[in-house]
Amino acid sequence: MSLAQDRAIDRSKLTVSDEVAIQITNMNKWYGEFHVLRDINLTVNRGERIVIAGPSGSGKSTMIRCINRLEEHQKGKIIVDGTELTSDLKNIDKIRSEVGMCFQHFNLFPHLTILENCTLAPMWVRKTPKREAEELAMHFLEKVKIPEQADKYPGMLSGGQQQRVAIARSLCMQPRIMLFDEPTSALDPEMIKEVLDTMIELAEEGMTMLCVTHEMGFARQVANRVIFMDQGQIVEQNEPEEFFNNPKSERTKLFLSQILGH
Amino acid sequence: MSTTKSLSYVRKEILEQQPAPRSQVGFTRWVRENLFSGWFNSILTLVSIFVIYKVAAAALPWLLGGVWDASSLEECRAVLNERFGNTHYACWAVITERWNQLLYGFYPDTEYWRANLAFFLMLASLAPVLFDKIPRKMLYLTMAFPFLLVWLVWGGTLWGVISVAAGFVLGGVAFKLVDRYGSMALSAIAAVVVAAIWWLFISPSVVDGLNAFLPFGHLQEVQSRDLGGFMICVIIGISGIALSLPIGIVLALGRQSDLFVVKTICVGFIEFIRGVPLITLLFTASLLLNYFLPPGTAFDLTLRVIIMVTLFSSAYMAEVIRGGLAALPKGQYEAADALGLDYWKAQRLVIMPQALKISIPGIVNTFIGLFKDTTLVMFIGIYDMLGLSNAIRANSAWNGIYWELFIFIGLVFWICCFAMSRYSQWLERKLRTDHR
Ligand SMILES: Nc1ncnc2c1ncn2[C@@H]1O[C@H](COP(=O)(O)OP(=O)(O)O)[C@@H](O)[C@H]1O
Ligand SMILES: [Mg+2]
Repeated sequence: MSLAQDRAIDRSKLTVSDEVAIQITNMNKWYGEFHVLRDINLTVNRGERIVIAGPSGSGKSTMIRCINRLEEHQKGKIIVDGTELTSDLKNIDKIRSEVGMCFQHFNLFPHLTILENCTLAPMWVRKTPKREAEELAMHFLEKVKIPEQADKYPGMLSGGQQQRVAIARSLCMQPRIMLFDEPTSALDPEMIKEVLDTMIELAEEGMTMLCVTHEMGFARQVANRVIFMDQGQIVEQNEPEEFFNNPKSERTKLFLSQILGH
Repeated sequence: MSTTKSLSYVRKEILEQQPAPRSQVGFTRWVRENLFSGWFNSILTLVSIFVIYKVAAAALPWLLGGVWDASSLEECRAVLNERFGNTHYACWAVITERWNQLLYGFYPDTEYWRANLAFFLMLASLAPVLFDKIPRKMLYLTMAFPFLLVWLVWGGTLWGVISVAAGFVLGGVAFKLVDRYGSMALSAIAAVVVAAIWWLFISPSVVDGLNAFLPFGHLQEVQSRDLGGFMICVIIGISGIALSLPIGIVLALGRQSDLFVVKTICVGFIEFIRGVPLITLLFTASLLLNYFLPPGTAFDLTLRVIIMVTLFSSAYMAEVIRGGLAALPKGQYEAADALGLDYWKAQRLVIMPQALKISIPGIVNTFIGLFKDTTLVMFIGIYDMLGLSNAIRANSAWNGIYWELFIFIGLVFWICCFAMSRYSQWLERKLRTDHR
């Protein structure tokens, strides 16, 4: 698709270790009577970049939101970084502070400046002293290339800038895993690239990433695995080349033909 | 379409900005647009000017030509007759003559300085809460103020209020100690139990002992029934305002709680209190509570009224704040959760600052309502300004004087409420950071 191919990526830098970061086994979830997630099995190794695609309503968001307990699963097991997600609040807090998340609508805190957005969690969750938290925040704001906006409020920034702040805000907690839920779907086309570039940089640094997105260019370029979901199930997963050139299931073919427009 | 040969067009130079036409700016434009924009509007404007003129012509001489110095209505009328030949003028003398009573009620006049000092301290301790430019150190005065207020207004030794304050400190210490081990709920219970044991069982004898040996900072004691006037309005109003906001927040959060018991209690409380007239609660406070309390407990009337007024407006406050909470997008909760903030931190740092900001107009509305409702205490025998106006009329010197007193009382309330309103508008503007 439209992702600019001008940025060469050294895929050899993108290594995957043997260490398991996330293990989901036989996970099921219901909303009342509605069976949203059916028997999900997924193992993610450290350093993997996984793109999750699928039609609207197929349960993509619900699945990645289960990983940091924004949603509760009812059956099966989720182990993140060796900690199992149960209703034990201690485990949940531990996992949430190690897993960063970016949302479709950024969800920045509008009453705080960009800098305060970034220092809030380090100061109150990690108890980092203010000075240190600010240095950390500036470091990550420079990384996403908007240090000069630090004292503005989110409402004064463009969508692309806001999403980059949201990424910086998550990074300030120095997570080992990042979840992205359609980070570019709410953006104007000319801003999509700046956000994807930031994400590519993250991938190059070896961040473990799960990314719900329909940016197939990004998937080809960065992902080492693409997962296709439909009706609450994982229908197909494969390496990007194989997935796009040679889809196996009928539903995947249909989806790809719709989204790639031919 | 067919008339143009080509649709192609390229602009060669960028146009400079030009000033707006004269008729689009300034006073003339405002007058034309707002007062004389059409024949109907013009007629309305002229009629309004006529009505305003008529009212002013009738009222201003009455207001401004009045007598400020007389000791009774008769004397005042005599002066007016002498001056104008009729009595169609105000007798403001009732205000000057009864000024102290209207302000302090039946407070002993040698002790007025205490009320004045308390009022001044109130303003000083409100300042850091209202304006964040004021040094934060002033907040210590704010914390001490409730105790200073009680000591200054009701008198007695300082030991009484110190012991009440000590109860809070002990509760806080208990909270901190238990907090290390377990849950919030457990620590809260520990704090309440420790404080209650101190207040009910230990503190009374300690205070008596200290009073006997070392009557430290003793001021002449004043009974609640001697309080009145503007002073009692301010005491009840400010206490109600300061207490109803936090209680309202807790109730609003409780109403959203996942815990069935907490939720039911909060909903039940809010719906009950909102469904009952305030005057009923006040009568309950003044009469019924005595039956329920153990005999011999002297439970101060003012305190009872403050509790009732607070409960009443905290129910309204809870609903106002619930509106603010409902207006927040779900994404704010999710972002706070995803960052690892726990419930209380998320509420304090992310949710409440935004929800309260949205609710400012409703909150101030409730404050203003509460402040004006303090006049209802006249029905349970407390002499607030309205109650005093009746008492003043009951005196033969001022029998028959209405307008002057009511206008004065109305003006006092209007100034207070208008100040609150202006402050809230200023605060809203200051906190507007979303630039939508
Ligand atoms: N809070 C909820 N309560 C009930 N149903 C929900 C809720 N959230 C999502 N759903 C339903 O679950 C399904 C999966 O939703 P979602 O995970 O958001 O899909 P996707 O992100 O793939 O578009 C949809 O059919 C949606 O209607
Ligand atoms: Mg979704």
